[in-house]
Amino acid sequence: MNFLLEIGTEEIPHWMIPGALKQFAAMNLFGAAVEVDATPRRLVVRASGLPEMTSSSQELIPGPAISAGEKAAAGFARKWGVLVDDLKINDGRYSFLKMSYGSPVRNLLTETLPEAIKALPWPKTMYWEETGFRFIRPIRWIVALLGDQVIPFELAGVKSGSVTRGHRKLGSSAIPVTFATYESELRKNFVILSADERRRKIVAEISALGAKADADLVETLTFITEYPTAIRGDFDAAYLELPAEVLTTVMRHHQKYFSVESTAGKLAPHFVAVMNTSGDPEGLVKRGNERVLKARFNDARFFWDVDQQKKLADRVEDLAKVTFQAKLGSYLEKTNRVVALVDELGGNAHAQRAALLAKCDLTTEMVKEFTDLQGIVGGLYARHQDEHEAVAKAIYDHYQPLSMEGDIPSTHEGRIVALADKLDTLRGCFAVGLVPTGSKDPFALRRAAQGVVKILVEAKLEYKLGDLASGELREFLLDRIQYYFREIRGFKYDEVNAVLASGCGTLTDVEARLTALAAVRPTEDFEPLAASFKRIQNILKQAGFEPKDVLDEELLEDGPERDLYGDFVRVRDAARGESYRRALEQIASLRPRVDTFFDKVLVNAKVERVRNNRLTLLHNLLTEFSTIADFSEIVTSGEQK
Amino acid sequence: MDSFQQTLFKLKRYWDERGAIIQEPYDVEVGAGTMCPETFLRVLGPKPYRVAYVQPSRRPADGRYGENPNRLYKHQQLQVILKPSPDDILDQYLGSLEAIGIDLSKHDIKFEEDNWESPTLGAWGIGWQVMLDGLEITQFTYFQQCGGIDLDLVPAEITYGLERLVAFLQGVESVYDIEWTKGVKYADVRLADELQFSVYNFEMANVERLWRLLGEYEAECKELLAKYPDYPDKQRFPVLATYDQVLKCSHLFNLLDARGAISVTERVGVIKRVRDLAVGTAKIWADQQA
Repeated sequence: MNFLLEIGTEEIPHWMIPGALKQFAAMNLFGAAVEVDATPRRLVVRASGLPEMTSSSQELIPGPAISAGEKAAAGFARKWGVLVDDLKINDGRYSFLKMSYGSPVRNLLTETLPEAIKALPWPKTMYWEETGFRFIRPIRWIVALLGDQVIPFELAGVKSGSVTRGHRKLGSSAIPVTFATYESELRKNFVILSADERRRKIVAEISALGAKADADLVETLTFITEYPTAIRGDFDAAYLELPAEVLTTVMRHHQKYFSVESTAGKLAPHFVAVMNTSGDPEGLVKRGNERVLKARFNDARFFWDVDQQKKLADRVEDLAKVTFQAKLGSYLEKTNRVVALVDELGGNAHAQRAALLAKCDLTTEMVKEFTDLQGIVGGLYARHQDEHEAVAKAIYDHYQPLSMEGDIPSTHEGRIVALADKLDTLRGCFAVGLVPTGSKDPFALRRAAQGVVKILVEAKLEYKLGDLASGELREFLLDRIQYYFREIRGFKYDEVNAVLASGCGTLTDVEARLTALAAVRPTEDFEPLAASFKRIQNILKQAGFEPKDVLDEELLEDGPERDLYGDFVRVRDAARGESYRRALEQIASLRPRVDTFFDKVLVNAKVERVRNNRLTLLHNLLTEFSTIADFSEIVTSGEQK
Repeated sequence: MDSFQQTLFKLKRYWDERGAIIQEPYDVEVGAGTMCPETFLRVLGPKPYRVAYVQPSRRPADGRYGENPNRLYKHQQLQVILKPSPDDILDQYLGSLEAIGIDLSKHDIKFEEDNWESPTLGAWGIGWQVMLDGLEITQFTYFQQCGGIDLDLVPAEITYGLERLVAFLQGVESVYDIEWTKGVKYADVRLADELQFSVYNFEMANVERLWRLLGEYEAECKELLAKYPDYPDKQRFPVLATYDQVLKCSHLFNLLDARGAISVTERVGVIKRVRDLAVGTAKIWADQQA
């Protein structure tokens, strides 16, 4: 049988809808394939091929052994609510034959659907009626059909039925539907149920109107509309004097418009808006949006003019009034720390100047209004106020990278300032115990740490991790370093572990060792050698070996032991000053010698001096050749983590 | 084309027809219609209530000396409270837009997530900003908590930004060009307020005295709050007068803020002082209603 569930709601925040659908897609509908879809006003689950009845089944539940006697049997029978005579004997035990009879699926759904709806996880819920039911927004109708019958239940004071509603203004507010007519009835009433279809409609229409594609905005608009239609509007070209960053932010973040470019990278005086309706024949919506945008642009121009009355350089003291964090004081204090840190990191005069001015835009009207433009506005103002270009660029970029995929600042000064700014935030927060836990990270410290790692690696900055952070913060950064090399750079997790296990100095060094390790890994000798290293480590551990004596060459046995030592010395000397990759290849070449050694030589020699000497040899091998990577961390074929 | 006041009449009539008490503005300074006792106190307790009123709302820091076409020190809100919220509340709301001449089949209406929270009132709710052709015209909120108290009946709060809405209807680009009534512009009525209060709020208000006044109103409020537990006839207790002291404190806080007189470290503390008063008052009101 066919199944249709539609939860009709008031407008659900667009960003929460995909998550809810994912949860609904996992709904158990007696094995039927589940199809989900949504608009801001409805969450929909459809499925075909549900059974009318669940199948009946029987299960033989073993009880006490016959030898346990009648009393035990009686207890077992009582547990199942039957008499001893009703028990079966099976395999020398009293057993109970439990019968489950099939139930009508409709009845089961009557009970399970309210639970499934209740179980949807939302970031923040509300109550709105007497039963106190909590949901993301008020539920106003429910369609629940199995075959041609309603699955009856009541939730939040709403009875399930077979009547849906169309678009708020273009559709009917009472539309009887069946499984077969549901989607087409919605379409007749100006609701495009399929998010995919709405998305395609938006993309096609905005590109026909010349808008610049913007995947995030398309996604937002897909889930903010039931019937999206794009229109193009215009603005006075005089506003193009304002920085493109400001204009784009106003259009995109404040008005959810797409910008239009005349040539690549150059804004044209147009915008594209997506309406939640079928058309704008009289141009009323276009004119309305144009007027709003003009007012917004006027605001921006007003802010720009007002802000120029006080230069960035004259705003430093004003930062005393802007809180950075209650326990960490004002942005003035932060600024002073960052300037000192830039100095400590060897930043030049431009970097120091940029650090001094970097946060001043927080006091400007422009940033108070368009907070996303922090840094960018500072950079634009610095340039306008004749600061050196290197200073302006560093301020402009210093919040970057904003994500793992984002670019790092483009200039050396910008990188130093960005690094110092993020490090200061991390050090400060960790010092007062504001450490991220689980999903809670209110100060975006993970992003800050990620930024530090990305800048250090990608700008090839030669600062040692230990000099930048210690204790808990060092561990936090190490975690982010692992994440970066694994998720962003695609190194295998055991390679990352192996390299970090032999230490973390500068991240450029970590990167070089990792690259070498990944290159040598697939060669024939490598993994077996790694396995041998693991064996050596185990032997040393089991022997409780503590290195005391230097190796005594005299004690070496001729043959595999002396050969191994000879190669060890040769490789050690040859690898010195070599590239990591060359060195790793040399080390891997030891493999036959190591194998032979383990085949022919008894480490656990009877004579203690000989035994200790052998352990010393293995220890030297291990320590000498684990500086690039700790091979024992490598997961070799045959063992899977 | 309707004048500013004609649009107001229509909205008031619309909500009058839906059973709301039409109130006049409250006579103590407030930053938003929500702060009036008609909202802040009436949403508490088990009694249904419907009210609509225009509330001039003072936000000293938003003053722009009358120079910015869209920003005002004192703007006017039409505040509607329907407690409990009827099931068709959003349709009723959309009907009010039709009632003032907006043919919604020709316009683009969107409800965009915007939850409301007031730390000074210990209040929050869930809702949207309503966008008409890209213009935010209304804040719609289902109150969940007020004065730190979970609400018995969830009210719907509709707050229309009247200047914006009428500027849209009249097709003018500056609020000062709105026709208030025939032959009279918004500027004729209100421009002097905007200029003079900006001068006072930003330049002349005596910071020391404002702090002292804040302390005085706070002391009065605290003294009243302290008397309630032992006050014999609870229904006679002047909780409404107590709440006026809270509003005075809140407004003085806003003035001091506009003057740049509240430092980073003080800010959180002062907000908490006002919230404590608001929460204490809300508890007494709820107790009286129970």
